[in-house]
Amino acid sequence: MKALRLHREFEAIWRAPAGWRGTISSVNHSDIGRRLIIAAFVFFAIGGVLAMLIRAQLATPRSAFVGPEIYNQLFTMHGSIMMFLFAIPMFEGLAIYMLPKLLGARDLAFPRLSAYGWWCYLFGASLLILSMLLGVAPDSGWFMYTPLSSRPYSPGINSDFWLLGITFVEISAIAAAVDITVSILRVRAPSMSLDQLPLFAWYLLATALMMLLGFPPLILGSILLEIERAFDWPFFDVTRGGDSLLWQHLFWLFGHPEVYIIFLPAAGVVSTVLPVMARTPILGYRIIVAAVLSLAFLSFGLWVHHMFTVGIPHMALAFFSAASTLVAVPTGVQIFAWLGTLWAGRPQMKLPMLYLVGFFVTFVMGGLTGVMVAVVPFDWQVHDTAFVTAHLHYVLVGGFVFPMLAGAYYWLPHFTGRQRTFRLGELAFWLIFIGFHATFFLMHLAGLLGQPRRVESYPEAAGWTWINLISSVGGFVMAIGFALFAIDMALQLFLSRRSPRNPWQAGTLEWAMMTPPASYNIASLPHVRSREPAYDEPDLANALARGEGYLGTPRHSWRETLSVDLKGRIQHIIVLPGNTRLPIVTAVVTGCFFVALLLKIYWVAPFALAGVAALGWRWAWALGRQKDLGALPIGRGEHAPTHAEVDDPPGWLGSVFLLLADSTLFGSLLFGQAFLLTVAPGWPPPAIFDGSWLVILLAGAAASAAVFLPRQAGAVVEQAIWGHLLLVLTLAASQWMAPVPTGHAAAALIGVLNGYGLFHAAVALLMLFFVRARRRAGFLSAARRGEVRIALLWSDYAAATGVIVALSSQLPALLR
Amino acid sequence: MALTAAGCSGPMSTLDPAGPSAAAIAQLWWIMLAGAAAILALVLGLLALSFRPPRQSSERLWLIGGGIVFPLTVLTALLVAGIVLGERSIPARTDALEVTAEASQYRWRFSYPTGAAPTDGILHIPAGEPVTVAITTTDVIHSFWVPRLGGKMDAVPGHVNRLTIEASAPGTYLGICAEYCGTGHARHGFRVVAHAPPQWRAFNSGGAQ
Repeated sequence: MKALRLHREFEAIWRAPAGWRGTISSVNHSDIGRRLIIAAFVFFAIGGVLAMLIRAQLATPRSAFVGPEIYNQLFTMHGSIMMFLFAIPMFEGLAIYMLPKLLGARDLAFPRLSAYGWWCYLFGASLLILSMLLGVAPDSGWFMYTPLSSRPYSPGINSDFWLLGITFVEISAIAAAVDITVSILRVRAPSMSLDQLPLFAWYLLATALMMLLGFPPLILGSILLEIERAFDWPFFDVTRGGDSLLWQHLFWLFGHPEVYIIFLPAAGVVSTVLPVMARTPILGYRIIVAAVLSLAFLSFGLWVHHMFTVGIPHMALAFFSAASTLVAVPTGVQIFAWLGTLWAGRPQMKLPMLYLVGFFVTFVMGGLTGVMVAVVPFDWQVHDTAFVTAHLHYVLVGGFVFPMLAGAYYWLPHFTGRQRTFRLGELAFWLIFIGFHATFFLMHLAGLLGQPRRVESYPEAAGWTWINLISSVGGFVMAIGFALFAIDMALQLFLSRRSPRNPWQAGTLEWAMMTPPASYNIASLPHVRSREPAYDEPDLANALARGEGYLGTPRHSWRETLSVDLKGRIQHIIVLPGNTRLPIVTAVVTGCFFVALLLKIYWVAPFALAGVAALGWRWAWALGRQKDLGALPIGRGEHAPTHAEVDDPPGWLGSVFLLLADSTLFGSLLFGQAFLLTVAPGWPPPAIFDGSWLVILLAGAAASAAVFLPRQAGAVVEQAIWGHLLLVLTLAASQWMAPVPTGHAAAALIGVLNGYGLFHAAVALLMLFFVRARRRAGFLSAARRGEVRIALLWSDYAAATGVIVALSSQLPALLR
Repeated sequence: MALTAAGCSGPMSTLDPAGPSAAAIAQLWWIMLAGAAAILALVLGLLALSFRPPRQSSERLWLIGGGIVFPLTVLTALLVAGIVLGERSIPARTDALEVTAEASQYRWRFSYPTGAAPTDGILHIPAGEPVTVAITTTDVIHSFWVPRLGGKMDAVPGHVNRLTIEASAPGTYLGICAEYCGTGHARHGFRVVAHAPPQWRAFNSGGAQ
């Protein structure tokens, strides 16, 4: 009965309060993951209804169901919702729910950050849905090409809803990416080396890294376009040194990796579920890992294949065409690894396997048409036609929705602790599968017959009528299938009987716990000896529940989990924060910032930012302690210090990855400047600005002071404050001398560069003052200096970017 | 061509080509379709066979052979074909007639170096010879596309993009704005009229209507 006593003790530490208090204060990864999954499914349903309206409109030629004004909102919102409010959050939810369980941990590295991301997603997504209810939804297409989305051609608030709402939602993507990366690299069961990582975790690691590099260009583009719309700074206006192609580059720098960001987690589900269905280990673990990593890498080299028709030199197109076809190789490796696994095993046609077959058929077809559109001359014909609409739905529905449905049926016993009793899932599969192919297969032909994307009406004589009618009927069949799926889920949740533990006899650790899982996941952490511990050690679940692993003894009502290095050696105990309302409050204040910009009440925005800074201060203050505890017992005869007493606590590694995303944003800004300088018409700008060596010199001096003062013998990190104060003065003076940003893109870029530098100097100052206050309050010691190293990291980054800002704002004028 | 029989014809069909560029791309499509169908059949065949009793499964054969060698071979062939074909579609002859297409919401204006007056909504070209179209826009991004004659090219603010089209025979061909350009996008089409030499001469002297 030791297991039951431990269960009660751990529940008391980890569970969220009952009722609405728990709803707004829970930071538990299972809660946050479940919410994300359910919300994403709700948005999928909304996006699906929009798709039905689109199909209703297109079913007949010259349809009068809706006019172009409404239709343009429909397809813009359908695409935006499915991409940003369904696919990404759905995978985030699955990752957040599943990762700690797969890795033999109790929670993610940053539980409050996951909660903050969830609230940002919910509020940002609600803004977008609100715009639709008000009839002012975005209507420039989900890729928002300028100048159609710029103020002269979209004067309403529609585009602002997109730019601000999506950016608000993207906070959750960046938060989740940092959380996932650090959790996979650090928060695992002892001795789980990277070579024993469940394949799903490898896929999620690659995906999270791609998000850190892929989302910043979109966030930067959205910021620039919103500034152009709000303050008339001409980044994309060709008459004043801007270029609409800059938007396309920034958008597709994000947009192409985005496709793989959506596909990879789903492929991870396939690599997890398929071997279990085939009753054999996966074929070629290491080759698959290599394929996943190379896919992530290659996906950044193909964005231009969305721009084959914008007038780029043909040999450059040939390069991107080659890269685009090359990406089929790591995909092919995975397909054949899956086929080989099936051949090696004894596959059983259980329901998840049925959905995986749907995935195979659909995704392979989408991949094949993908190779076709990577061939430049063919793309010149089918680009922006229904052929591409069909292709992308084959890839996204085949490559994401079918694996996710397989995953839903595979993990449902884990989520609910119940087994399937009603046989609706098979019927739902056939309706979805047949409906999907009826909708989209002939759409390829419609494109080849000349039907463009995004037309709300077409002439009878075009010859597309019969195809569109079949598509529309197919669409409604598919919708019925999804409705049945939802009903099946609800029935299983409320009416089914208990499921035995580990119903599929799977080997990964998420099955070595009770289902539905307890708030703390596992009463003790396993010592991992293989890739499939739950399979190799049949009694593992019970042993862990009896507290026979690590951290099996509750201590001071701390939420504890372990940090390990890449080889799985124990580093330290992570003491996680408990339930708190800080995430929701911070998300509300962050929301005030976005709403202030949306409603153009600009004076509110600085107050909201100050509020976020103050909350961030409290956020960080809540951790740590005022005395050294040394190494504490962690069970199995081992000892480890808490994360407060190590040099590289999770917050340090999290900062490294957040700065990776931040530097990608900065790099995209510099790319934008170089692009406009070399490609845009209207350069060089009129010589109204001479540049100043003094700004560069002062910025260099300020940065040197910020970097070197705290590194002198006997110095404290707070001495970097002087350097940053000088940097703030320098950049403010530089902006004071700069030409008016509305005159030319060159001046507008200087404004953004200085803004970037000033913002980061301010962040560094905030952190340095925080460290000073913590030192005075006794939170720092020779052992407890992780916070100092985090502040120094941000301080150094601000100093380095400050110098680059000064160089890139002054040099183009000085060297002219 | 027999291919046009099975539902592939149409006033805007890329599979019913009326010029050399569109014909080459249509041929490429049929080849790719056949290849894709073969690959799909192979993959689905392997998938179906995997549900029979288990057999030996060599990691090297599956992953190196199926995953790397097979796609690399197919893709290299495809890529070379694509580049060669692409080179042929870009303006190579500098002496080709160059007309200007200026897009705006929601109108196409075409002007000619021959002295003919600019035309709205109808592009006149000589049949049987390549014509370069210099494409630009006065407002948002549009895209010039005559499916039966060849690929499309975007009209981007501040840029002039060139595309070569050629109609093999006199006739009227429908053109489409392929890039979403606002509420009038669906009706932002135009016509290309390819003239036999006498009519083309008449057009340039102001006689053709």
